[in-house]
Amino acid sequence: MSASTDTAARRFTLFPALSGAAVAGIAIAIFLMAFLVLPVAHVLYVAFLDARTGAFTLQNFQDFFNTTLFRESFVNSFYVSAMSVVVSTMIALPLAYITTRFNFAGTAAIQALGIIPLIMPPFVGAVAMSLLFGRNGSINLLLNQYFGIRIPFMEGLNGVILVQSIHYFPFILINLSASLRNIDRSMEEAAQNLGSHGMRMFRRIVFPLAMPGYLAGAALVFIKVFDDLGTPLLLNVNNMLAPQAYLRITGVGINDPMGYVISFILVAFSVFSLWASFLFMRGKDYATVQKGGGGLSRRDLKSREKWLAWGVILLILALVLSPHLGLLLLAFGTIWSFSPLPDGFTIQHFGTIFTQSSQYVWNTLVYAGSAALIDVVLGSAIAYIVIRTGLPGRKWLDYMATAALAVPGVVLGIGYLRMFHGIQLPFGLGQMSSFWGIIIIALAVRRLPYALRACMAALQQVSISLEEAAESLGASRSSTIRRIVVPLMTGGILAGFVTSFATAAVELSATIMLVGRSSDAPLAYGIYLYMQSPAGRGPGAALGILAVVIVALGTYLSQRIIERERARQTTPGDQH
Amino acid sequence: MHKIFKLSAVALMMTSAAAFADTVTVVTSFSKDLTDPFKAAFEAAHPDTTLEVVNRNTNAAVSYLQETRGSNTTDLMWASAPDAFEVLKEDGLLAKVDVQFEGIPDQIGGYPVHDADGTYYGFAASGYGIMYNTRYVEANELPVAKEWEDLKRAEYNGHVAMSSPSRSGTTHLTVETVLQGEGWDKGWATWKWISGNMNTVTERSFGVPDAVNSGSTGFGIVIDFFGLSSKASGFPVELVYPSVTSIVPANVGIIENAPNPEGAKKFVEFILSPEGQKVLLEPAIMRLPVNPDAYADAPEGFPNPFSEEFAPGAIEFDVDKSGARYELVNSLFDVLVTYRLDDLRAAVSAVQKAEAAHADSGNQEAAALIAEARALIEAMPITEEQALDPSYAGAFTVSRADPETEVVGRQAEIEQEWDRFAVENYGKAKQLAEQAIALN
Repeated sequence: MSASTDTAARRFTLFPALSGAAVAGIAIAIFLMAFLVLPVAHVLYVAFLDARTGAFTLQNFQDFFNTTLFRESFVNSFYVSAMSVVVSTMIALPLAYITTRFNFAGTAAIQALGIIPLIMPPFVGAVAMSLLFGRNGSINLLLNQYFGIRIPFMEGLNGVILVQSIHYFPFILINLSASLRNIDRSMEEAAQNLGSHGMRMFRRIVFPLAMPGYLAGAALVFIKVFDDLGTPLLLNVNNMLAPQAYLRITGVGINDPMGYVISFILVAFSVFSLWASFLFMRGKDYATVQKGGGGLSRRDLKSREKWLAWGVILLILALVLSPHLGLLLLAFGTIWSFSPLPDGFTIQHFGTIFTQSSQYVWNTLVYAGSAALIDVVLGSAIAYIVIRTGLPGRKWLDYMATAALAVPGVVLGIGYLRMFHGIQLPFGLGQMSSFWGIIIIALAVRRLPYALRACMAALQQVSISLEEAAESLGASRSSTIRRIVVPLMTGGILAGFVTSFATAAVELSATIMLVGRSSDAPLAYGIYLYMQSPAGRGPGAALGILAVVIVALGTYLSQRIIERERARQTTPGDQH
Repeated sequence: MHKIFKLSAVALMMTSAAAFADTVTVVTSFSKDLTDPFKAAFEAAHPDTTLEVVNRNTNAAVSYLQETRGSNTTDLMWASAPDAFEVLKEDGLLAKVDVQFEGIPDQIGGYPVHDADGTYYGFAASGYGIMYNTRYVEANELPVAKEWEDLKRAEYNGHVAMSSPSRSGTTHLTVETVLQGEGWDKGWATWKWISGNMNTVTERSFGVPDAVNSGSTGFGIVIDFFGLSSKASGFPVELVYPSVTSIVPANVGIIENAPNPEGAKKFVEFILSPEGQKVLLEPAIMRLPVNPDAYADAPEGFPNPFSEEFAPGAIEFDVDKSGARYELVNSLFDVLVTYRLDDLRAAVSAVQKAEAAHADSGNQEAAALIAEARALIEAMPITEEQALDPSYAGAFTVSRADPETEVVGRQAEIEQEWDRFAVENYGKAKQLAEQAIALN
């Protein structure tokens, strides 16, 4: 779709030999090589070694396919991922549609609340979930008391699907909403002129036009669920690939190469799924020309519709926010054991964390904020290079960055220690591997895929003719990017920033390997510290609440900023 | 970005100023509840020394020390699991330091308190027990299980939880204790029948007390301080010690090439001193001191492993035997139980139902079927001799095994063979038990 600019670009940049995009591309490739590919390769090469002699071999891969347990795990992982995409879509679609399509009070709040499921603090989140939905959780205790039944919400593969969908549907919600907002209103008007309306118009016109965002979200959910180990382990389901890899890598003194073989297969399969989603998108053009028109026209709801919309939204929110309600009860509760509610309530846990939390909060804000910033910069640059330039091997930037989803945090952490320990940084910053900056880089690498998918979807919806217009009016390539492309991508970039920030704020698996001093520790690490002892459950939950509130506040504020920006852009447009 | 860098440069200058004081850096898997009181007591006793506590779980701590050995920044490793210290010792990561202390016996409950080579020291003892939630037990009208044998009974089906021995060094010792106490075949049979009653095998050892505290499971097989400190924190739980138990120490060791070896030694001597031992009795810690004199100040009802009535059946723990088959036992448990828990549970509950159905029917044919099903569940793919044979055990420790040893195959091959064995036997056992039920 960009063949014409490619040749144009080449003609302009014959000399010097490297265009700005190529320089940026090479810089990003070096960054990804240094902080993702090499550290991970440093750990995963064991997969290709004979454990006994240390010689190169493919025997381990043959063993993988000969093992019944691994074949079953593969099938289970695939089934769970695919079903999670389906269920997440069912949750996200109504929320995205209602909030972007109608004038609806509380849109910003709903979009912000929709992020909260992503912020599931480690350990405490798990405890809160099992206290609510577990076999003897509040709901089942009540059901059992009044009806004599129990519903196995959290058991087996279906439990994994439920929890994963509740947890990761925001990926679809955020990206789909960003896409819906970018749809050209004239498309919709054209459809209406031709007599289409209601569900039919949504199915045939609106949803297909929002496809880049939906697919970006769905691909993330699929790959993330395929590679996620936290949820299956929390539900004690270990017949899936990611937990198998984790269990085999992290045992004390274990040197079973199969863990590394499985990790390698996870990475390869993630890249493969991404490639498959590219095939699906190939040859379709989603760009629309008109921008800043406020996306789909919004109409007011009739009062009956309003009730229905509120009903649907509140039902979904009640479902997806229930783990956080559990967290809240845990943070304010005294003892909560085998009963629908805690025995009593107290604010003492917040007092316990009060003295230490400011350090944690500050560190978290700095780490997650810088990581998300790096992510959107890299994400937009990669998106631009992949979609708008003809650099050879450009797709590999995308594959490399996305492969980070499949790398277990502990593998990245060990890789960093192996690569960077012993490297002394200048200016008295000390060891590179125990320098707090390395935590930011680890977070940025791990969360880059989220920002990248959002930026890609945003750029796919920007018509190239807008850039051509700018260039033909004499703007240079760089000022076109700065003044035209980036502003038009704002929604997507912000969506990427928010997802990266929210999830980086609660990441633990790589961080726990890299925190060198307790004064460098982020919130998630603080939660981990508390959750190692029975007395720490309440304070841990209180820290978890703090994390959720901070991220939700950040999200809400950025949501308000977009809305205001949009309002500012639309008003003069309407006066034409 | 610039602002962030500026701010962080200021922050760095402040932290490096603090580094001029005499700092002892300790990597630990212990919770704040334990480390904070020790830090306070140690710093009070040595006012010019700061204790820097870096908290990692045991696995992460071991990998961290292994990966950073090139330019080590850690003075001490402080954790429960003796096997983690064995791994560190084999890798040459622990320093041999002559530490001064007195009044601590060489053995507790048949387990040596300190490493014989003087590379790590036991500072607190722990026993294994069964922890249970009193509200859960009351609501489900269950009797209290006091022995491992009790947990095999059908009434506990779905009420038990444990961690996997490959995930938790302390659980490994529990498994090994029963294997040594009851013998290989009988011990494994015990574990399989108990596991058939489990509703979960958790991935972290703390997952078990967490589940019992929440009431999501009734009984948990745990190291004692999890139960004792949960109770001290107000949860409705109790802990009992079965008569077959073993007492193992929680340890501290000085890292080879430590940046502050003198400070490290001071810390080890402090926690072994009577003053340091007293800290263990705080309600949130509740670990058993290794110095018998410390029990003089213990609260009423505090277990004393040096007393006559404590765990009379405690066995003489064979450390060499346990070490020789360490990885093999972990892998065997995972393949036969953890990864096939659903199959095992189905088989065990079918047998339990069949036994209930024919409890007094006197049906010979059914009894024969049930006996056959029981034998299938209890069958083991390898014998104790094989498990101790270096050619078998060596397949699980390839990089550390003697290169001369001929191993029987790759770990993945052996595990696949065991897996097939387990799935087939559990499936057949379930079928036989169901036939027996149908005979009614």
